[in-house]
Amino acid sequence: MTTSQEGPVLSPREERRRLVQSLRRRPAGTVLPQPRGALSASVIPALQGAAHPLPGHADVARADPYGEDLQLALYILYEMHYRGFEGVDDHLEWNAGLLGLRGILEDRFLTALRKDTPHGRSVDDALADLLVEPVGDDGTSVTHFLRNEGQLWHLREYAAVRSLYHLKEADPHAWVIPRLRGRAKAAMVAVEYDEFGAGHAEDIHAQLFADLMADLGLDTTYGHYVDVAPAEGLATVNLMSLFGLHRVLRGALVGHFAFVEVTSSPGSRRLAEAMRRTGAGPAAERFYAEHVEADAVHEQVVRHEVIGGLLADEPALAPDVAFGVEATGVLEERLGNRLLGAWRDNRTALRTPLPDLSSS
Amino acid sequence: MPNASDRPRRVTIDRDGPIVVEGPVEVVLEDGSVVTSQRFAAAICTCRRSRTYPWCDTSHRRRTSRARGEPQQPCPRSDGAPE
Repeated sequence: MTTSQEGPVLSPREERRRLVQSLRRRPAGTVLPQPRGALSASVIPALQGAAHPLPGHADVARADPYGEDLQLALYILYEMHYRGFEGVDDHLEWNAGLLGLRGILEDRFLTALRKDTPHGRSVDDALADLLVEPVGDDGTSVTHFLRNEGQLWHLREYAAVRSLYHLKEADPHAWVIPRLRGRAKAAMVAVEYDEFGAGHAEDIHAQLFADLMADLGLDTTYGHYVDVAPAEGLATVNLMSLFGLHRVLRGALVGHFAFVEVTSSPGSRRLAEAMRRTGAGPAAERFYAEHVEADAVHEQVVRHEVIGGLLADEPALAPDVAFGVEATGVLEERLGNRLLGAWRDNRTALRTPLPDLSSS
Repeated sequence: MPNASDRPRRVTIDRDGPIVVEGPVEVVLEDGSVVTSQRFAAAICTCRRSRTYPWCDTSHRRRTSRARGEPQQPCPRSDGAPE
């Protein structure tokens, strides 16, 4: 629609009507990200409807499985299963060519993860590492860094990267529900119900995170920070989409969920302290304070009922549960290294820095 | 869950962790004050270290140096008794 500057003078009522109409027309989807290499540069026009050749096995084999290009291409394809993109036909979610490419990218990612995680560990061993707390700051923990020396700009960068995860918090975990039975299903649904606000839209954890972002002067639009998020951030979200979308990886999805719930409570306490110390705002503090208590409960329920129930039902899935825990740990460590490496050099950990608070 | 069934309310005990009680639940503290959790389950602190007492905040966890491969050293305390 083009509007002429010399158009007729509108009555206030007409002006308001047009404004409401234009707001209603605003698409719910996210804007397609900017490409980061040959793979993502092929996926984007294909989604825009161009007759564009898609990459094949050889192209994907050349890409770094954890790199910017592959992770973004995968992220874009996965997003079609969540909310899609502005101007992209929703039917392409089930386009055979795009699904085929997604499968090739997933193979490359999954193969790298299997190579980088220990083999043959039990679920108890995998979780045991997470159930101890380091004495003090050992220099590898993002939440310790933020609590002890985080400044507001660190917290804003952290929230921008994590928004890709928290604004779809618990969403991919809902995909596992039809694949569980009995105890595991009842417990998984109970935890998810809590994550989704226990019947109250304002308490949905993704909404609490949006409130936190507003406190930090960030844009709360879903997917807004994809372009500034480094591959290490995209990979943590791609992992849960990968596990969530494949029934064969249901054990790994449960392992991923356990990792998140087990590590969340103490990490959230440190982040709540960081938010308080920097005066980030009440919603920023509330998000993490809520997670200290909620996830102390969720940890117990996930370990004893979800994992316990699943393995009582399907004991052969134990290695997959352990893999889900370990793979999450590998990717969290990579993200932590990226963030801390940049911050210790006093530079942005994002692909491009956020606009200053005053100018945003 | 309230009215979910006629069976007695379940309380799950973990030797090294909180007591998990089916919610919602009210806890009467020593000073007579009452706190409420509306969650489907509440984790009640038994180690007395929680900073959100009576709710568990995972402070019961063993503390250790994080260096991989090192044996886990529980911090010295009197066999799980409240401090």
